[in-house]
Amino acid sequence: MQIELQQIQKSFGRVDVLKGVDLKVEAGTIHGLVGENGAGKSTLMKILTGYLSRSGGSILIDGQEANYNDPAAAAKLGIGMLYQEPQDFPPLTVLDNFIVGRDNHPDNRREWQQRRLDELSDQVRFQLRGDDLLERLTVGERQQLEFLRLLGRDAKLLILDEPTTGISDRQKERLFAALQQIRDQGRTILLVSHKLEEIAALCSRVTVLRHGMVTGEECAPFHIPRLLELMFDKAPVNSVQNRPQATGKALLTFENISANGERTGLNACSCTIHRGEIVGLAGLSGSGQGLFLRLAAALKRPLEGQIRFHGTTLNGRDHRTVKRLGGCFLPANRLEEGLIAGFTLVDHFTLAMSCSESTARVAASAAIKKFNIRGTPDTLVESLSGGNQQRLLLALIPEDANLVLLENPTRGLDLASAEWVWSYLRSQYSSRGTVVFSSAELEEMLEVADRILVFFDGRVVRDLPIGQVVYRDVAAAMTGY
Amino acid sequence: MNNLSLTLLLAGVLATAAPLIIAALGETLTEKAGVINLSLDGSLLLSAMVGFMAAYESGSFTLGFAAAAVTGAVIAALVGIFGIYLGQLQVAVGFALTLMCKDLAYFLGNPYARLQGPQLLSLELPWLSDIPLLGPVLFRQPLVVYLSLLLIALVWWYLYRTGRGLELRAVGENPEAAYTRGIDPRRKQLLYTLVGGALVGAAGAAFSLGIKPGWGRPQGIEGIGWIALAIVIFGGWHPVKVALGALLFAFLQVIGISLQGVWPSIPAQVFQVAPFPMMILALLLLNLAQRETFRHALQRRPGLALLVRRLQGAPPRALGQNFKPDR
Repeated sequence: MQIELQQIQKSFGRVDVLKGVDLKVEAGTIHGLVGENGAGKSTLMKILTGYLSRSGGSILIDGQEANYNDPAAAAKLGIGMLYQEPQDFPPLTVLDNFIVGRDNHPDNRREWQQRRLDELSDQVRFQLRGDDLLERLTVGERQQLEFLRLLGRDAKLLILDEPTTGISDRQKERLFAALQQIRDQGRTILLVSHKLEEIAALCSRVTVLRHGMVTGEECAPFHIPRLLELMFDKAPVNSVQNRPQATGKALLTFENISANGERTGLNACSCTIHRGEIVGLAGLSGSGQGLFLRLAAALKRPLEGQIRFHGTTLNGRDHRTVKRLGGCFLPANRLEEGLIAGFTLVDHFTLAMSCSESTARVAASAAIKKFNIRGTPDTLVESLSGGNQQRLLLALIPEDANLVLLENPTRGLDLASAEWVWSYLRSQYSSRGTVVFSSAELEEMLEVADRILVFFDGRVVRDLPIGQVVYRDVAAAMTGY
Repeated sequence: MNNLSLTLLLAGVLATAAPLIIAALGETLTEKAGVINLSLDGSLLLSAMVGFMAAYESGSFTLGFAAAAVTGAVIAALVGIFGIYLGQLQVAVGFALTLMCKDLAYFLGNPYARLQGPQLLSLELPWLSDIPLLGPVLFRQPLVVYLSLLLIALVWWYLYRTGRGLELRAVGENPEAAYTRGIDPRRKQLLYTLVGGALVGAAGAAFSLGIKPGWGRPQGIEGIGWIALAIVIFGGWHPVKVALGALLFAFLQVIGISLQGVWPSIPAQVFQVAPFPMMILALLLLNLAQRETFRHALQRRPGLALLVRRLQGAPPRALGQNFKPDR
């Protein structure tokens, strides 16, 4: 099945996620689609499967224009997708999951389906038992099942969105072998990934997406530096390489920490963060950075290992301990986790300072001036813009905080707001406090951090002082090289 | 206790439980598909009134039950349209409907209060009703009792043995995933909200035409809708366990009345109220068992652990959430 996307556009509200994407996939090939987080890969694929509607553009299947606007119609045309987040039903059995969404087969339905499942598993050498509950399976096995289901539905085009996140190496090998096998049967495969090693191993062509636009298309064999160049923006000039190295005492130590969460979890992470450092946690989203921050804030508990903050072991302690010792966590979901929707600025100050309303009102007014928040003490937080919500969160950090943990602090902020956030943090904490932050923007990290930890697949794969950072090396490490 | 009163007691339990079983199974279907219809208490009353009125005017039980079922379905449709399609909070819509339907039932039913109306008689099944002990308990009952027992098997079979039932459960667990597989979750949810509502309506008629015959204010079934909602949780959203919950509640109610005769010194209210705290206690025990420490303690008693595991059930994961596709 040959697929051609022409000038696909998509906007969510006022944000243009896809700005006219052209993509052609030849029948019987494995075609790669790569790009940074937020480049628009998943959105483009969801449009192709009919899960999302498109704001403009057309889709051609074998040269014929195809018009469909839901997954049911796309499936009839032979388009199937393995979503990044498993789209299945954990409380049901494996066989039930295999069946849901299939047209009823006239007789011996379950028996027939069970046979079909077994046949398909044998073909690609997966091992799945029909009567197991799905929730007992690993993410990798759930994915295998979904893969078999799509094969069983005779999908002629298979889209796989980041299929190797959170699965074991063995499962990955099996999956890749199966992909090559079904390609040889004449099926077409679109592989979405930001792991270039996988793309290089499987694909014959690859299209690079950046900020909702195609920046290039390459044929195998691939020149990796060229792909990285197309994926990421040009490396900025490192103007800040001569920042002084922090020499303070150890403030936060991770000793051999393993934890569950964020699909990849965190594996045997050890590091020490010192007083006065600004540490950037780099990595593609969901590689373990968010988990690292939540562990440091004692919002999550590790399975193994020890975390020490100011010499106090955090095992068995909760966030209150961290707060008492001067730690503070600002989550990326400002409105969901950081602030309370429906509460005003005054309400937030009342809660944060546990003081009377009149004291909080004074504090709120002062913060509005100092932090330049566009709003009044009685404004509801949800009506603040993203930038102003972030300013409010910064304003709510207690005076005596000495460790500030920030998750994507400038996400969704315009350039001016982002710059303001960084200049504030630097002025506030460069002398007496420590800042640990994650960010999806590598450029930003290179500009503000003193030290960078690079996360990949739940592991810290690089730990470098800024002076030793080479942009290309970090970008490559983020994608598994 | 002698044979006769035991028979009476058990027969009473089955009869008392019948409308409760029907209503709770209706709600189970709805909630399994991911929708909460909280209007039960009001819609039971309103459909009881409509059922009585229709049967009184037409003299036909069939018409009475049909009118009640339609009433229940119409109320459920409001939950469906405002909740599923217009994105309003299902719980809020349901709650408003509860209050509205209750007042509407009293208001519209006023002319029919305390009238002598039609009443379903017991239907003795030949041969079967002569079996000692079991016969009188099981086979000398109004038709709705047989139907309620049949419904347990039917709902179970539909949910766990048919393709459509599988789709119903899938939608309640993860409507997005169902959507990616070509199912229209909102249509399914509306359908089962209607079916569930119709069953609740029929349960209303089962009260006013059979178990608590007639119409009045109070009708005597106020609060039963909330009990039915609690029983769905108690039964872990599984039709057989839900029915057992309804039977247990009916048993507690009936035995309360019997015990009143045994211990006249205890105020009657204690027996009337007892089933409610007993239900709460049972819910509490089942939920406690999910805790780590209790699970640990249970591990040393495999028999008890198995029983608790069997009784436990998890809510459908998408319960009460509205799904909206991008179109």
